Amino acid sequence: MIPISYYFALSAILFALGALGVLIRRNAIIIFMSVELMLNAANLLFVAFARANEALSGQVFVFFVIAVAAAEVAVGLALIVVIFRNRQSIDIDEMSNLKG
Amino acid sequence: MDAFALVPWIVFFPLIGLVINLAFGRRFGEVFSATVGTLAVFSAFVVAVLQFLSLQAHPHGQIVHLADWINIGGLQIPWAFNVDTLSVTMMLVVSGVGTLIHIYAAGYMHYDVRYKEDPGSFARFFIYLNLFIAAMMILVSGNSYLMLFVGWEGVGLCSFLLIGFWYSRNPDGSKGLLNSQAAKKAFVANRVGDFGFLLAMFLTFWAFGSLSFDQVLPNAANVEPSIIIAIALCMLIGVTGKSAQLPLYVWLPDAMAGPTPVSALIHAATMVTAGVYLVVRSAPLFGAVPEAGNVVAIVGAVTALFAATIAVAQNDIKKVLAYSTISQLGFMVAAVGIGAYVAGMFHLVTHAFFKALLFLGSGSVILALERAHHPLDGHHDEHHHDDHHDEHHDDHHAPFDPQDMRNMGGLRKQIPTTYRVYLIGALALAGLPPLAGFFSKDEILTDALHANMLVWGLLTAAAFLTAFYMGRQIWLVFFGEPRTKAAKEAVESPPTILIPLGILAVLSVFGGLINVPVLHPFTDWLEHTLGHDFAHATVFNFGVAIFSTVLALIAIYISWRLYGRKPLAAGEVDPLKQRLGFLFKGMENKWWVDELYDAVIIQPYRRLAAFLADVVDWRFWHDWVHDTVIGRGFGALARFLAEPVDMGVIDGISKGLAAVATGLSRGFSLLQSGYVRNYALMVFFGVVLMIGYLVFSS
Amino acid sequence: MNVELILFFVLAAVAIGAALGMLFSRNAVYSALFLILNFATVAVFFLLLGAPFIAMAQVTVYAGAIMVLFLFVIMLLGAEQIQHQARRGWQRPLAMLLTLVLLAESAYLIFTRSDVLTVLPPAASDYGSPQSIGLLLFSEYLLPFEVTSILLLAAMVGAIVLVKEDKKKSGGRK
Repeated sequence: MIPISYYFALSAILFALGALGVLIRRNAIIIFMSVELMLNAANLLFVAFARANEALSGQVFVFFVIAVAAAEVAVGLALIVVIFRNRQSIDIDEMSNLKG
Repeated sequence: MDAFALVPWIVFFPLIGLVINLAFGRRFGEVFSATVGTLAVFSAFVVAVLQFLSLQAHPHGQIVHLADWINIGGLQIPWAFNVDTLSVTMMLVVSGVGTLIHIYAAGYMHYDVRYKEDPGSFARFFIYLNLFIAAMMILVSGNSYLMLFVGWEGVGLCSFLLIGFWYSRNPDGSKGLLNSQAAKKAFVANRVGDFGFLLAMFLTFWAFGSLSFDQVLPNAANVEPSIIIAIALCMLIGVTGKSAQLPLYVWLPDAMAGPTPVSALIHAATMVTAGVYLVVRSAPLFGAVPEAGNVVAIVGAVTALFAATIAVAQNDIKKVLAYSTISQLGFMVAAVGIGAYVAGMFHLVTHAFFKALLFLGSGSVILALERAHHPLDGHHDEHHHDDHHDEHHDDHHAPFDPQDMRNMGGLRKQIPTTYRVYLIGALALAGLPPLAGFFSKDEILTDALHANMLVWGLLTAAAFLTAFYMGRQIWLVFFGEPRTKAAKEAVESPPTILIPLGILAVLSVFGGLINVPVLHPFTDWLEHTLGHDFAHATVFNFGVAIFSTVLALIAIYISWRLYGRKPLAAGEVDPLKQRLGFLFKGMENKWWVDELYDAVIIQPYRRLAAFLADVVDWRFWHDWVHDTVIGRGFGALARFLAEPVDMGVIDGISKGLAAVATGLSRGFSLLQSGYVRNYALMVFFGVVLMIGYLVFSS
Repeated sequence: MNVELILFFVLAAVAIGAALGMLFSRNAVYSALFLILNFATVAVFFLLLGAPFIAMAQVTVYAGAIMVLFLFVIMLLGAEQIQHQARRGWQRPLAMLLTLVLLAESAYLIFTRSDVLTVLPPAASDYGSPQSIGLLLFSEYLLPFEVTSILLLAAMVGAIVLVKEDKKKSGGRK
């Protein structure tokens, strides 16, 4: 069997890559996908620890995360569509109306 | 079966009367007020008689505990009544004489010229009288010096209220403040004495650890004599204030500004004897230190003679009696000073009878003259109707003084009943046998002869002068021809006035029997309380008795030679004045004691007060300290605070803070780049920090 | 080294590679495809961890529905690429640095906490079966489950409302 720490390490790497994606990409859709990647990393850890503790609640939680992610993606993509419709761009650096 | 438990009612009956009159007196009129007031005191008298009867069976009395009053640490002072032969004697005198004077007052106040059909002031008078009786009962019944002091102050207050009863008038009835000033004088002089009494109480508590009679008095032998001397002398100051002895007597003559019943009740029969009662009550203390007793005796004897000389030359009928009262109080104080406690108490009782009689009689005389002079005021005397119905008629007749004996004369024909009772009182005071005054004065003189020749000499001289001035008064008032129209038309007083006079006359005649020589029942009576050491029977001394009687007769003869044989004519100068010259002038002017006090105490005091007010308070305190030091200093401080501190430092701080905030926000606004990824980076930075914290801290 | 471990490392390498591919692809479509690959490998991990139901949900919902939606939007908008602009110079290195710090923290945690190193015990026979998940969902987690349905409904309505053309406004423009 595989030690839980391996899954931990994999999950951490995937999460870090997702975070890096959010921070360095300008394309809103790719940022979105990076967020999905972070969620997935978290899900992986959830399942791994659920397995380690023999607790199914972790898997149920992942199920809920998937459902929330689906809802989030639906709304987020709708927002991106609206933004693109207004600005003809999804470059996130273009959206700096909040500049102080 | 004894009635000791009833003793609190001697205080509560007068208080009940007071409350009823306070609530309803004004509404139900003068008959109601007078009846309630008199019944209240009479009820107290009945209770006192019950105490007397109970004491026949249990002569050592009882301490009746009514309530806890002060209970602090070692100081425990209950409101307890001390029923013994001494206090019951005082209760009987106070309530008995008090009842008679209440009856008298009902008639007197009705005819008083100042009384203008005002039931309010009528009720007020009886409220004050009842309050006085209640306070006096607390004084005589208290079981500790502090309860005694409560009554002591209470009677002082009532004295003040009643001297200034007609507070908006002068003693002659005109508008003015002299009555109020007399009241004030009495109060202030009494305060000086109270100060001494308070010191005595502090010392007593310090030395004995208690103020109760039953704990202090039996331990007198266990305490350092010098402390007891200090206590006794401080008490003497209190006595000189309350009992009008040298040097604090000056308030009593002025106290005659009060209505005559007040003079009789408070300033002759009861309150002024409180000092004597205090000394008798403290007999073990004074007995333990004869030195202090000697001082007391000398003070009393000198006062007796001193006041008697002044009484000789007074023209005001009440002033004569006032100085006579001071003189007689001097007799009592001298008696208790030399250790003749029973004689002092005996004289206190008989003096209460005949001096009350004399005052009330003088009130009757004054009333007779007033009613003749102001016929309108005797509103029942319809036939005396005059045309000028005038509210302020007294202002038209201001010069007439109904109390001046030079305005009297020949009154024995107009007011024969008053004359007879007055004569009895005068002879009793003069000390002629077998009247009350003879026995009591004789007992004092006999004791003095054994104890202290100086005191005896002073008292004998005073007794001689007493007989003289009373003779002079009788001749001037009742004999000769009327010297004024008012004296000619004087009208006899109503029965409410004459009946108490009659009863007091009977008491003045037979009062001496309570301690008649050989049997001396009063001595045995007081021995139950005072003990044999302080209440020993005086052996009757025929030499002293005959000597003093002969002296009194000589004095009366001299007064007849001067005033009786050739009656004073209207406007004539007092014949004694020609013979004694300067001496008479001194007596007439009360030896300038008031002037002396004025010059030595009051004027320097006023100058001091003026100095304090003008220089210390106004110039130093107000002008300099307030205006200069505080005002300018504050101004300077305020300016300093305003300009350098507030505008400089504080404004600087706030402006600086504002500048810092502006700068910071300008800097922070750079962070608000508007780039979402920037924000995300910051969030991520925070997350990394937090995770780092969690990881490395666990 | 057993088969399972080899499988793990291979799959892990594929997953990390796919993630890096997603991260650095110029074209958004490629990114989406790399992400789908990543999700697929994670689904295999789920299977390895005894979570067949979650693995199926991962494949159908994530790799199937969500990523298809992404591709759909990318192609709809025609926004596969965005032209380069002057970057904010410090953003990228700082992000990298922070990422490395995060990884270091994780490594520290792994190597200091012995309990995370434990080897997984064999699972019970019905562990993670759809039946047991379903029982749990409809008993203990019934309320969150129902709330999830409301959430999905709300997201659906929200998406429609957001994307819906404002007739008046657009009409005015045209």
